[in-house]
Amino acid sequence: MADLKYAAYVCSGCGIGERIDAAQTAKIAEKEGKIALVRQHPFLCSSDGVALIRKDIGEGATHVAIAACSRRAKTEAFHFPSVALARANLREGVIWARPDTDEARETTQEMADDYVRMACAELKKMKLPAGNPEVGRSTRILVVGGGISGLTAAVEARKTGYEVVLVEKQAQLGGWAAKLWKRVPDREPHAAPVDTGVRELIDAVTKDAGVKVYTNATLAQTSGAPGRFNATIAIESGASVNEEIGAIVQATGFSLYDMNRLPELGAGKSPNVVDQAGLEKLAREAEASGQPICRPSDGGEVKSVVFVQCAGQRDESGKHLPYCSGYCCNTSIKQAMYFKDANPAVDTVVVYTDLRVPGNGEDFYRSAQHKGVVFTKGKVASVEPDGNACTVNFRDLILDEDARIEGADLVVLATGQVANAGVDIENADATDANGAKPISILNLNYRQGKDLPKLSHGFADSHFICFPYETRRTGIYAAGPVRRPMDIAQAMEDATGAVLKAIQAAENSQLGRSAHPRSGDLSFPMVRLDGCTQCKRCTVECPFGAIDEDEKTYPVFNESRCRRCGTCMGACPVRVISFENYSVDTVGAQIKAVDIPDEFSEKPRILVLACENDAYPALDMAAMQGNHYSAFVRVIPVRCLGSVNTIWITDALNGGYDGVMMMGCKHGDDYQCHFVKGSALATERMSKVDETLKTMSLETERVATYEVAITDLKRLPQLIEDYAKVIDKIGMSPMKGFA
Amino acid sequence: MTEVVATSQTIVVVGGGISGMTAALEAAECGRQVLLIEKTPALGGRTALLYRYFPKLCHPTCGLEINLRRLKSSRNLRVLTMAEVTKITGARGDYSVSLKLSPRYVNENCTACGACSEAVEAAIDNPYNYGLSKMKAAYLPHAMAYPQRYVLDPSIVGTPEGEKAKAACKYGAIDLGMKQETLEIKAGAVIWATGWQPYDAAKIQPYGYDRYPNVITSLEFERLADPHGPTGGKITRPSDGREAKDIAFIQCAGSRDENHLRHCSRICCMASLKQTQYVREAYGEEGKSTVYYIDIRAIDRFEDFYRKVLADKTVRFVKSKPARIAEDRKTLDPVIHGVDTEGYHRYASRHDLVVLAVGMEPAVKGADIPHEIVADSSGFIESAASGGFFGAGCASNALDVNRSVQSATASALRAIQVVRKSDRVEA
Repeated sequence: MADLKYAAYVCSGCGIGERIDAAQTAKIAEKEGKIALVRQHPFLCSSDGVALIRKDIGEGATHVAIAACSRRAKTEAFHFPSVALARANLREGVIWARPDTDEARETTQEMADDYVRMACAELKKMKLPAGNPEVGRSTRILVVGGGISGLTAAVEARKTGYEVVLVEKQAQLGGWAAKLWKRVPDREPHAAPVDTGVRELIDAVTKDAGVKVYTNATLAQTSGAPGRFNATIAIESGASVNEEIGAIVQATGFSLYDMNRLPELGAGKSPNVVDQAGLEKLAREAEASGQPICRPSDGGEVKSVVFVQCAGQRDESGKHLPYCSGYCCNTSIKQAMYFKDANPAVDTVVVYTDLRVPGNGEDFYRSAQHKGVVFTKGKVASVEPDGNACTVNFRDLILDEDARIEGADLVVLATGQVANAGVDIENADATDANGAKPISILNLNYRQGKDLPKLSHGFADSHFICFPYETRRTGIYAAGPVRRPMDIAQAMEDATGAVLKAIQAAENSQLGRSAHPRSGDLSFPMVRLDGCTQCKRCTVECPFGAIDEDEKTYPVFNESRCRRCGTCMGACPVRVISFENYSVDTVGAQIKAVDIPDEFSEKPRILVLACENDAYPALDMAAMQGNHYSAFVRVIPVRCLGSVNTIWITDALNGGYDGVMMMGCKHGDDYQCHFVKGSALATERMSKVDETLKTMSLETERVATYEVAITDLKRLPQLIEDYAKVIDKIGMSPMKGFA
Repeated sequence: MTEVVATSQTIVVVGGGISGMTAALEAAECGRQVLLIEKTPALGGRTALLYRYFPKLCHPTCGLEINLRRLKSSRNLRVLTMAEVTKITGARGDYSVSLKLSPRYVNENCTACGACSEAVEAAIDNPYNYGLSKMKAAYLPHAMAYPQRYVLDPSIVGTPEGEKAKAACKYGAIDLGMKQETLEIKAGAVIWATGWQPYDAAKIQPYGYDRYPNVITSLEFERLADPHGPTGGKITRPSDGREAKDIAFIQCAGSRDENHLRHCSRICCMASLKQTQYVREAYGEEGKSTVYYIDIRAIDRFEDFYRKVLADKTVRFVKSKPARIAEDRKTLDPVIHGVDTEGYHRYASRHDLVVLAVGMEPAVKGADIPHEIVADSSGFIESAASGGFFGAGCASNALDVNRSVQSATASALRAIQVVRKSDRVEA
C-alpha cells in the first residue's frame, strides 16, 4: 500500500553499540529489511530519542520497528498507539544472552542482524488493529439466582449505576440465607449469631425500579456475547420474555448434600436427626412459637445436642463429598449457640476432626467455648436412634479409643455444599454429588455447551490463584457457592467482585476491547471464509467457546467472547484465521527472514517459539542475570503455544532450520496456561508432526516441546544448550538451500 | 518535581502488592483514573517473595507478569513508588491526600543496564531475602521489578560509592541531589491495600527464634527454596550451610493465641503443607517433614492437596502445640519438646531445621492511617459503608492470595461507586 511508511530505529545504548556493529545492523534494516527510514541512536528511550520517533510518526510513519531492549522493557517510552510496532530484542535477547568474548562476537552479531531482519519482516506483514466492528450496546447486568450472592450482586450493580435483570427459579427471593434463623457474625465482637440481613437486601432489590425481578423463572436460552447477550426468560405464566443484556453474574448457589445418603448417621431413621438446614427450620419455628427448640419426634425438651461435622464430607471412601465445605464448622458453632444462648443448661457437643474456623472465626469459636459448647476431636462412625434418643458412636481421636454419646435429643449432621452449576458440558450424562442429573442453568446456545465449564468437584471456579474471576466464558462470571464452597461473608464479597468484572466486560465490549488477560487488546481474529473447509477445529478447540457454527458448519466468530489467544489460528489447517497484528504471516515472515548459513558453516539455526507470558520473560530474566545461551537460537514470542500453526514448523524445517523448540506452560490437572489449553493443544498437535518429519526424511528430534515456568532462569538456557548438543549430534539439516 | 494529575474522580490505591495492583487494574480497566502508591521501590509486594503458590504449586511471578503487562498497557493507571501517604483531609468523594516521596537517586533516564551496580562495591542487607543475603547498594529490587529502574541506597549517597555509581552511568540517570518531596493530590476514594507483615517470631519466646540460628520463619523458608533466593534454591541450615533434610513445621506460631494474635491467619496450614513439598522436591525420599499442628485448616478444595500430602510418606503429622524448642549446643540442632495430644505422649524431637508458620498481622494498623477509619481490634480495616475508604486484601482480613484478589476486586467496585457520581446518569 502506498500510504504505508516504515521506519526502523537501532539503539546502541546499554552496551549494544560496544558489543555489536549497530551501523551494520542498521544497514541490514535498510537493505534487507527494505525500510525507507532507518535511524541510529545512542540512547533511544531518552526523551530526545522518543521525540525523534514521534516526529517521524507525525510526518507519516505508520509502521515502526525498534531494535533496542526487550518488548517487556521501556514500554512507556516506546508507547506509540497510533502505529504498528515491532521490537527487536538486541539487549536481553542478544548481548546479555551472550558472553562478551572475541570468539562469540561474530555469532552475536549474526543474532542481532537476524532479529532486525525479523522485526522488519514482521512489520511488513502487520497492520494496526482497526478495532472490532462487533461492539456491544447493552450494559445491563443479568443476575441469575436470587440468593444472598445474587441479591448482593444486584444491589452492588445498582449502586454503581447499572440496570439489573434478576432471574430466580423459586417463588421467593432470598435463597438459603432466607431460610436461616441467624448467621455467623462478620464483625466484632464475633460473639453471637446475628441477623442475616437478607430482608434488607430483598427490599432494596424489589423496591428499586432499576432491577427487573423475575421469580418462578428460568433461562430458556442465552445467546450472543458480552454487550449483546439475549436472554430468553421462561416466566411463570409459561410465556417467555427477551432481555438484552451486557454481562452475566451466575449466582445459582448450592444444594445441601442430601443427608439421606448417610443412613449410617441416622438420617431418615428418626426426625431427631436433622441436617443444618433442618436445624435452622426448627430454630425459626421455635422463634415463631416463642418456645425453645424442641425435639421433633415428640415435642419434648432438648437437653442434649450433638453436632456431627464432616457428615458426608472429606470422605475418602469415594461415596460422598471428598472436599470440605469450609462454612460448616462455623455454622455448627452458631447453631450450638442457638441452644446455649437460650438455655446454658443444654449440653452441646461438636464432634470434629479438624475445626476449621479461619480468620476471626477463632473469636467465634472461643466465644462458644466460653458459653460451654464442648468440642470433641473425633470421627463419628454411626448414629443410632432409639425412640426419642440417639446414640452417637465415634472414634475419640485424642484418646484413640471408641467412645459414645448416649441420650442425644437432637443430632445435627453438617453436610456440605453441592454446586448448582448446571450441566457438565464435557459429560452430558454426569450426575451431581446428590445423584441428580443436573438441568442447564444458562442454556447457552454456544457450540461448546450450555453452561460454564466446571473446574473440580462440580464447581464452576477459576483455575487461577491470581485471577479468581478468570472465566472460560467471557462476560459470564460465577459468584458465591456455585464457584467454590463458601460462607455468606465470602459469597457477598465474591458477588461484589463478580459484578465489577461483569460491568467491566460489558463496558469494554462497547469499545471492542478484549477481556483479561489480554485486557484492552483491540485485535481480533479475522477469518477468510472462502478458504474455510468447515473442519470445525477452531470451533472445537477455542478455550473460551467463542466460536459457534452456522448451519453449514462454517465458524461464526463472536469477537467480544474472544480472548485473543490465537488458538483458532493455530488450529486452522488451511490458515484462514489471523489477527491484524499477529498472524500466520507476521510470524511466518520472521521465520523466513532469518539468514540460514549453509550446511558446512557449523552454524545451525534453532527456532524457539516461546510463550510470551512465561518462557519469553524467563529468557529475558535469564539474560539479565548473566545466564548465557547458544547464539544459534532465534526466539519468537507467541501469544500462546496454542496459537502456533504447524505451517510455521514445516516452513522452518523446509527453510533449513536445524531444529524447533516450543516453550509453553505446564499443562495437565494443574495447568498454568492462562489460555487454559493452549499448551496442551500445542503438545498434542506436535505429537502429529512426527509424521510430517518422517515424510521429510527428518529426525523426530528436530521438533521438541517443553513445559517451562517463568522461574526457569537457569533451566531454560540449559535446555537450549542441551538441545544445541542434540542438533550437533544428529547433524545439520539436509534441507538447507532448497527454500 | 513529580507531576501527577488527580481529581476528585481519581481512585487512590495505597499498596502495590497483589491486592493493590488488582484493585488498581480492575478499576482502571473499568475506565477509571487510578493512582497506585507503593512505599518500596517496586511493585509486587509479598507475593513476589514467594517461591510457589498452593495448591497448584505454580509461580507467583507468572501472575505478576500478567498484571505488569496489564499495567503497562493501561493509560488510566499511574504508579508512584517510594511514596507514602502522610495525611488525608476532606470527605468521601473529595479528599486531599498528602504524599511523601523518598528519593530514589535514579531518574527516568535509567535504562536498567546495571552499570551503576557493577561499579558500586558497598553492600546492604537484601530486604527481598529478608536480610538472609547481601546486595549491592545500587540495585534493581528483583528480576521482575517494576518500574524497571535502579535504586541507590541512601547510605551511599554523599560517599565515594555514590559518586562511583554516578560516574558509571552514561545516561545521566543518577541524581545524587534528589531530595524528599511532598505532593498534594485530590482523590475521590482511597483503597487501603497495605497488606500484612509476619508476626514477630521473637515474641514467641519458648521457640527461640531470636536465639537459635536453625529456627526460621515460613517466609524465610520461601526464600531458601526459591532459585532467586539467598541460597539459589538450596534448602540449607543458616548455622552451618549443611543441607537441611529433616525439617519441622510448627503451625500457629503466634496465631490462635491470646498472648499473641487471637485470630487464625488462614494461610499457614496450606503454606506449610506446600513447603513440605519443597522438601520433597529438593531431597526426594531422603527429605523428612514433620508438621506440628492443632487443626489442619485445608478448607474447600484445598482438602485435595492435604490428602496428597497425607499420602506422602516423607511427611508426618503430630497433633501438638509444641511447648518449647531447645538447642543442642554442639550440633546446633533444634529439639522440639511437647506432648502429642493424640494419645498424650511426651516427645523431644530433634530436627535439622525448624520452620515457624508465623501469623499474619496487618502491616498498617487501621489506627495508624492518617484519617478516621474503622478497624477491628486486630487492626484489620473494615470498610465503612458511608465513607470513601476501603480495605482490600490482607489489610482487611487474614486472607490467601485468591481471596485477597476477590477482596481487592470488590473494593475496586466500592471505590468506583464513590467516584462515578458525575458521569453516569441513573437509568
